[in-house]
Amino acid sequence: MAEAAVSMRHISKSFGKKVIANKNVDLDIYHGEILSLLGENGSGKTTLMNMLSGVYYPDDGEILIDGKHVTIASPKDAHDLGIGMIHQHFKLIDVFTALENILIGLPKENTEKNARAQVKEICDKYGFELDPDKKVYDMNVSEKETLEIVKTLYRGAEVLILDEPTAVLTPQEIRKLFTILRNMREDGKAIVIITHKLNEVMEISDRISVLRKGENAGTVLKTETNEQQLTEMMVGEKITLNITRDFVEDKTKRLEVKHLSVTDIENKKVVDDITFDLYSGEILGIAGISGSGQKELLEAIMGLQKCDEGSSVIYNSTAHGVHELVGLSTKEIIAHGLHLAFVPEDRLGMGLVGNMGMTDNVMLKRYRKGQGPFLHRKQPEQTAQKIKDELEVLTPDLDYPVRRLSGGNVQKILVGREINNKPTVLMTAYAVRGLDINTSYAIYNLLNEQKKKGVAVIYVGEDLDVLLALSDRIMVLCSGKMNGMLDGRTATKEEVGYLMTHLKEEA
Amino acid sequence: MEKTKRDPLFHVSKKDEPGFLAKTVTLLIAVFCALLVSALFIYFVTGLDPISVYISMFKGAFGTTRRTWITVRDTCLLLLISVSLAPAFRMRFWNCGAEGQILMGGLSTAALMIYCGEKIPTGLLLLIMLVTSALCGALWSFLPAYFKAKYDTNETLFTLMMNYVAIQLIEFFVDVWDKKQSHSVGIINMNTMGGWFPKILGQQYILNVLIVAVITVFVYIYMHYSKHGYENAVVGESVATARYAGINVPKVIRNNVLLSGAIAGIAGFVEVAGISHTISKETAGGRGFTAIIVCWLAKFNPLSMILISLFLVFLDKGASQIASDFGLNTFASNIITGIMLFFILSCEFFNNYRISFNRNRKEGE
Repeated sequence: MAEAAVSMRHISKSFGKKVIANKNVDLDIYHGEILSLLGENGSGKTTLMNMLSGVYYPDDGEILIDGKHVTIASPKDAHDLGIGMIHQHFKLIDVFTALENILIGLPKENTEKNARAQVKEICDKYGFELDPDKKVYDMNVSEKETLEIVKTLYRGAEVLILDEPTAVLTPQEIRKLFTILRNMREDGKAIVIITHKLNEVMEISDRISVLRKGENAGTVLKTETNEQQLTEMMVGEKITLNITRDFVEDKTKRLEVKHLSVTDIENKKVVDDITFDLYSGEILGIAGISGSGQKELLEAIMGLQKCDEGSSVIYNSTAHGVHELVGLSTKEIIAHGLHLAFVPEDRLGMGLVGNMGMTDNVMLKRYRKGQGPFLHRKQPEQTAQKIKDELEVLTPDLDYPVRRLSGGNVQKILVGREINNKPTVLMTAYAVRGLDINTSYAIYNLLNEQKKKGVAVIYVGEDLDVLLALSDRIMVLCSGKMNGMLDGRTATKEEVGYLMTHLKEEA
Repeated sequence: MEKTKRDPLFHVSKKDEPGFLAKTVTLLIAVFCALLVSALFIYFVTGLDPISVYISMFKGAFGTTRRTWITVRDTCLLLLISVSLAPAFRMRFWNCGAEGQILMGGLSTAALMIYCGEKIPTGLLLLIMLVTSALCGALWSFLPAYFKAKYDTNETLFTLMMNYVAIQLIEFFVDVWDKKQSHSVGIINMNTMGGWFPKILGQQYILNVLIVAVITVFVYIYMHYSKHGYENAVVGESVATARYAGINVPKVIRNNVLLSGAIAGIAGFVEVAGISHTISKETAGGRGFTAIIVCWLAKFNPLSMILISLFLVFLDKGASQIASDFGLNTFASNIITGIMLFFILSCEFFNNYRISFNRNRKEGE
């Protein structure tokens, strides 16, 4: 192959002694190809690319562009060298139009008139659809991403780096993006996609470089590899990706949700008349595009959302009898000793206190226990130690702020605390989001264990393959409405996907 | 494209939080650098001998027993106000109204001294003044707290505005109590010393120290070992987490801000009954704002505030001493204070970041 557009040699970068983001990484990027940079969360993909785009400066190693040694000490240097990066969180100014965003910070020679023509040219060439006069705050995420790419191209980028470009797009938008990326490849651009989604990697890339714990675990051609091999390269060991699903005979009704509705502050029904039962010994999967009412549904059951009139949630446990949950506050639910466990989506923003250690976090729902005005830390400390040992939480000590731990350890603490209370009902929202593969499977196992113990489990998920493998039943939400209840053993991915996006006609 | 650049000389990156020893060493280096740079400033700009300026600075704060006591007294007052901010600040309630709360505490104390100073025995009167000043301070923080808890209004502006209301009230009462048309109240109960802090063991300011010490320890224990303090910490971290844990967020905000106001009110009591024995709109003297610096530097920990308050008061006393000893204007001594603060504050940067010099720099081709 021809000379590499970009060569990174022996690149290392660390943040303090404990966090080694990249270690001695070699990477080549060629013109006219799409390179996927694959790796688990925290494997150093974004850090590596940030050194190309001038956000970070490498501790060691060198970067060559078209065979020449270069120094990239700032985003401007990267820009001058024709490197453009589209970050996961867009860097756009909301109150400006598309065109103003493209021109911002550029010298005065770039008049709006000339730019307009050039932008149109770029759009026609690669197949973008972009309205140059639309304000950014009127755009959806797909349009914003288009704008980011056009902006980068307008500024003369020959090397484009896209950080998780598909994370926020729908399947149709992803298809459109991929067509554009292929057009750019034909035009000789060098394209890097940072991702952790294997199926997309196999669809779009020419070559794949895998990062594992900050090191390059190998580069392979798409035509010579498969998903299983890539997974092994990412994780570093052979793993079997099987989720078990046992059948629990003994089933008792634990939750009876009837006509549950929640209206948000903008007077929009976010949960719309949902009715279902939840049984012990089952995992009820909840599928839906993000923002279809999953969060509000779970929070409503926990007393964190105000339910509309006519809503009812009957809680039935062997130990505590029957309770109507609607109208109870979270404090009352905890005070009555009702064993509802909840693993919310936002772990550090809702489930845990980032600056506190394990002990203080374990105490979060039970700090009121014990006599007098002072905290009783002994019992929580023992519980924390138990969770640390049983779930193999890696933390220097029980008082070490949990926000400094990795996502996997944070989630282990949260799930550990919630199941330690011997729940009757366990609700989880996106329990494996952002976790590495091994921790994800550890969490699936924990949920299965709870199910076998007779806990009624709700699993809100985004990965349909996992939902179909794990759940006994699957409830599909669409625009806050329940759009179907399927048997997890017989449902297909297509069926669930269809129900997620096509609201059934009212009968 | 042809002009390839040199590698930069150094770059900055994050590092692990250093241990206690490393932090202390950083601090000592900073103090040394501060002394060195100030020395250069003193020598080249003012033409004085740096060593004697430093000695005079030290003497200003600790030169005589009396000066030492005044330094202790002022440190205590600043400490008390800083401590008052801690429960509010850790909750991310930016209480900028300590000034007003101090003034209200002071106003109630002055009123009691004027009207009851000669009728009620001092011991009992002090107790009454303590309670009323706390109530008045709390009252001044109640409105911002209530509106924050109920409607999520901006507490910074609200507390700030309350200061001006307090100042106007003080002006009004100074006028009422002003008997000599001198636009000041003068020393209250000059002859009877009714409502003044009594001397203990022959020392005038022992009671100040005691009150402040008790409250500081109380707030420390409250914040770290009590259930209410735990709620306070959770609310400060994340309101969503607090709600998840079943904490009544508005109530926690209200109670902690009331506590904050009450302690600031007590600071007004200490100032009026224990130090100045008069009241004016200068009674708070900007300490309510200086305390914000102390509170932040101490990361809301009441015990760390002791040293920081002492340091700030020391700089202040030192600066006025060198101004008078060497006939410098106050601007020059303020510059020296500024240099000191600059170096101490920059410790934080070196605790969080590392500067790496690039060895084997490649020359541009």
